This record gives sequence, structure tokens and C-alpha cells, in this order.
Amino acid sequence: MSTKELLAPASPPGEELRIQVGAGPYRLALRRLRRRKGAVAAGVFFLAIVICCLCAPLYARYIAHTGPDDNHISATVIVGGHRHNVVSLIGIPIGPTWGPRFLLGADFNGRDVAVRLLYGGRNSLEVGFSAMAITMVIAILVALFAGYYRGWVDSVLVRLLDVIWAYPAILLGVAIGTSLTLGGISLGPLNLKGGSLYIPALIIGFVNIPYVAKPIRGQVIALREKEFVDAARTLDAGGLRIMLTEILPNLSSTIVVFVPLMIANSILLEAGLSYLGAGVQPPNPSWGTMISDGVRLITSSPHLVLAPGLMLVLTVLCINIFGEGVRDVLDPRSASRGVRR
Amino acid sequence: MRRFIVRRTLQTMVVLALVSVFTFLIFQVIPNGDPASRMAGRTATPGQIAAIARSWGFDRPIYIQYLHTMDKIFTGSVVSYSQQINVVDQIKRGLPATISLAAGAGIIWLTFGIVVGLLSTLRPGRLLDRTLGFLALTSISAPVFVIGSVLLYVFAYKASILPSGGYVPLTANPWQWFEHMLLPWISLSLPFIGFYSRVLRGNILDAKYEDYVRMARAKGLSSRRVLTRHVLRNSLIPVMALWGLDFAGVIGGGAILIESIFDLQGVGQYAAESIQTLDVPPIMVIVMYTAVLVVVVAALVDILYAYLDPRISLNG
Repeated sequence: MSTKELLAPASPPGEELRIQVGAGPYRLALRRLRRRKGAVAAGVFFLAIVICCLCAPLYARYIAHTGPDDNHISATVIVGGHRHNVVSLIGIPIGPTWGPRFLLGADFNGRDVAVRLLYGGRNSLEVGFSAMAITMVIAILVALFAGYYRGWVDSVLVRLLDVIWAYPAILLGVAIGTSLTLGGISLGPLNLKGGSLYIPALIIGFVNIPYVAKPIRGQVIALREKEFVDAARTLDAGGLRIMLTEILPNLSSTIVVFVPLMIANSILLEAGLSYLGAGVQPPNPSWGTMISDGVRLITSSPHLVLAPGLMLVLTVLCINIFGEGVRDVLDPRSASRGVRR
Repeated sequence: MRRFIVRRTLQTMVVLALVSVFTFLIFQVIPNGDPASRMAGRTATPGQIAAIARSWGFDRPIYIQYLHTMDKIFTGSVVSYSQQINVVDQIKRGLPATISLAAGAGIIWLTFGIVVGLLSTLRPGRLLDRTLGFLALTSISAPVFVIGSVLLYVFAYKASILPSGGYVPLTANPWQWFEHMLLPWISLSLPFIGFYSRVLRGNILDAKYEDYVRMARAKGLSSRRVLTRHVLRNSLIPVMALWGLDFAGVIGGGAILIESIFDLQGVGQYAAESIQTLDVPPIMVIVMYTAVLVVVVAALVDILYAYLDPRISLNG
């Protein structure tokens, strides 16, 4: 006899057996999230930004007719019936034309800012997502092993986390970034060239590990004392099995909350590192490198800082608003925080 | 309690030792970064490079080099590769600017963080709370160098009411010191204010529904007294702990970006400049010095926590 039959009330023969199955916690959370208009709007907007950035080659080819690294220093463009130099004789690039060519103006090399903005966004998002993935995977593994086995495993892992955590993220990132972007990495199967996008992703992912691993480890420590873990142990389940099938599913809501937070943090850190020259390497554009290049000319051409700066803030803000919405619907205490559910 | 302190201190020492090894190793693995050939210049003969390597000890085994470097750091006789300047002197020169930045910004972000956090708990979920929450999220989402450069553009270049960077010592001219520090303080503080106000808001709203707060209210205490004596007392502790760590990070040169944008010539900017020239000794000393500050403050915070809240498990 299956559990379903056991639970069902004895029904007269011939009648349809109907059981009302309650919605699972995730369906409930999703339903609550849907009611939070602000968070949904932010999520949709973020998706729109991602799609726009992915379509960068289309924009470059069919609208702007120029690539992200094509210089047009001596070219001219017609704005409002007048012919203008893309970069003036004293080196000041043209501002936003609001036309198909140089929609958001040009930079000091005569490159189209709008095209670079889209390509740069692609790189920034790629670094942000890959860094998040690296952080989450390593942090969850470390937290599971440290929190479940305790003892010397825990001590060693926690000390290592403390070491990474002791450096301000940007300082450590810049230090490792400078040493790696020069020559690349070759660690066994991992072989990255100096200019690779995955080097900043790897560094950012590494630097962020303790901020995720420490709180999750705390949760694992609390979970391992729960009855269901004892039950699994009496059934002779091994450590790995308990970690993956008993403890990990109970961490999922925390993990879901950390994902948007880490994407946002990684994008910001990437911008900071690129600003200091230790992140994405030229000629690859990223929002951070574009701002860094533009700051020198901010007095004459503020659009060089404002365009990538606003995109960066807007993108990270959308992720954060969406992330806060997700956190509120998953957090059982949010009712006390005046959050309508 | 004493056992806890001893234990925490020992742990701190272990982490510090690991930090020093780790920092040293980061710069040992720099590919193409052989300092001897870089110092000798482009036209050097192999003999000259070998001589430089010998005099700086680059040809010794790594652990000897490590011990040698640590010895030089502890005796304060580290010199930089380029120009052979004493690194410790250089850091001391940068400290006044960095301390000015940290102290001023620290006061601003703590005060405003608490005020904004309190304001948003007056009527949670209503207009004021939502507006402040949105502003807080925006400030967290904006990188400091964007805030900094936009503020510079508006106030220094467009309106020209504030200087465009640089540092004037407090002892030289207090008013000019203030004028030069104002924009760096604001740009550094904004993200912190956003973050602290959110943390405090969460803490206060959680505490409001605790049994001891309901008890205090049931006793007939005024809501002001409940707030100050019961709710705030518990809600502020984590915020203060956070503040200690962030403050240590900024003093340690963690505000690299702000210091560089505003040309404050502080410790962080020194680090940024050394990184650009791959000058390893200054970066190593600064990174180690920052890490030491953060680790020591973290240990102090933990001990203070255990002292303030006896429920914290002392064997954790």
C-alpha cells in the first residue's frame, strides 16, 4: 500500500478518489513574488538589458555599422544637417548624436560609445555570472564539508576562509589581478591566456567565497543536529550522501537569495578592478574599463563616464531590487518586517 | 571568558601567519615578473641580472626569501624595487590623509546609517520606508568611483565650489582640509549608509516582535523607552561590529578607488600606484598591514560580542 492510499480517507467504492495536494514552498514563494510588482518589473528590466547586450553584434552590424574596436578618429558624421568631426581637432570626441551612428557619442579614439556599451555589458555580465557560479560552487562545498564534519576539517577550512576574508575584496582582487593578467594561468587542465575574461571572473569568484561560505556553514552546523540527519545516519547513509541529499536541499532558499546578490557584487567588483587596470584587459571593453578611460576626459566629455556609469548602476540596481524581492518572499520573518506578501 | 580570549588570540595569530605567507605567495607566482631583470633594465647582461638577484636575495630558496622579507617588515627596513624608497616611511606619509578619510567618512556613514535605518522603521512598508529603501539600494548599486567622479564633475568642474582633489593637512589649514575631504567623505559614505540602514532596519523590525520587547511594553514602558533601552540596544550591536571592520578596512588602504579619484596621496593610492608599476614590496606591506588590522579588529569584535552577550557559545 502506498502512502497516498494510506493517507486518503476510506472512500466508498466506485467514487473518484480526490486528494487536495498543497502547493510546495517554491510554488508559494513564486506566487508571492508575482504579487511584488516592483521586484518583477526589475527582473524583467534586467532581462531586457541582458538581451540587448547579447544582441550587440546585430546593433553593431545593422544600425551603427561599426565594431566595438573600430577607430574613426578622422571620420565625420552628419548631425542636424551639419557635418561634424567625430573627434575634434583638439581631441574632444563628439557627444551623443541620438542618431543611428554614434548614438551616445564617440570616445577619444573615435569608437562608437553605444556599440562599446553593449559589448562591454556583455563582458561585464559574463564576468558577473561566471564569478557568481565559481563563488557559489566552491562556497557551498566548503560550507558543507566544514559544517558537516566539524573538527579539524572545519578548523582548517574556516582559517582559510578567514585568510581570504581578512583582505578588503578590492585590494586582494587588484593584487591577484595584477599578477595574473600579465601572464595568464596554467594550472593543470586550466589554461588561460593573459587577456582572458575568465581571469577576472576567477579572481572575483575566489575573493567572494568567504562572504557566502561563512553564513551557509552556520546553517549546515544547525542542520546537522536535526532529527532527519540522525535518521539518515541510522539508515547507514554516508557523509557525502547526507550532505547532498539531506542537507543541501534545505540550504536551497539561502542559496537562491545569494545568487542575485553575488551577481551584483561581482559586476561591481569587476568594474572596480577594471577601473584600476586589474580586471578586463583592453581592447576588450567592459563598463569598468569604459569609465576608467572616460574619467580623464570627464570635463569635456561627461558622456564617456555617464553612459557606462548609468548602465552599470541601472543593471546592478535591477538585480538588487529583484534579489530583495526574492529574499522577502523566501524569508519567513519578512511578515514582521512590514513586507506585504 | 579568559579561555575564550586566549583561544581567539591564538586563532588570530594563526590567521596572521597564513595571511603573510599567502600575500608573499601571490607575488611569487607573478609570471614574467622576475624583479631582477626588470630592475636591471632592458640592456642588461645576464651577469648584471645575476648580480642584482644575488644582492636582493632573489636566487635563494622561497622559504628563505619569505623569512628574509618578514624580518625586513618587522624591523621596518623594507625598500621598494623602484627608487629604493623605505616603504614604511612612505606609508607613514600617507597615513594622515587615509586616517582623515576614514575618520570623517566613518562618522558620517554611521550617523546617517542609523538615522536612515530608524526613519524607515517608523512605518514599515509605507511611503517613507519604501523611498528610503529604494535610495539605499541605489547607493549600494552604484560603484564608488562613479559616485566620486560624478560628484567631482558637478561640484568641482561645473559649479567649481569645491577643489578637484588633493590633500591639505589638517594642521596646515583646517578649512581647506575640510573642503578637500568633503567630496571623498560623501562618496565613500553613500554605499555604506545604504547598507547600514538596511541592516539596522532589519534588526529593529525583528527585535520589535521579540518576547522581551512585548514584555517591556506590557510593563507599561513608554514606546520611546522601549525603543532606546530594549530594541536599539540589541539592534545596534551588529551594526557597530560591522562598522569596526569596515573602518579598519578603510584605514588599511581599502579605499583604493576613492583615494585615487580624489588624489588624496594616502595609503590606498600608494598601493594602487605600486600595483601599476608592479613594485612588490609596498603592495605586500600594505596588503599585510590591512589584513592585520582587519583580523585584529575582528578578534576584538568577537571578544566584545562574547562579553556583551553571554549566550554566544564560547567554543564556537
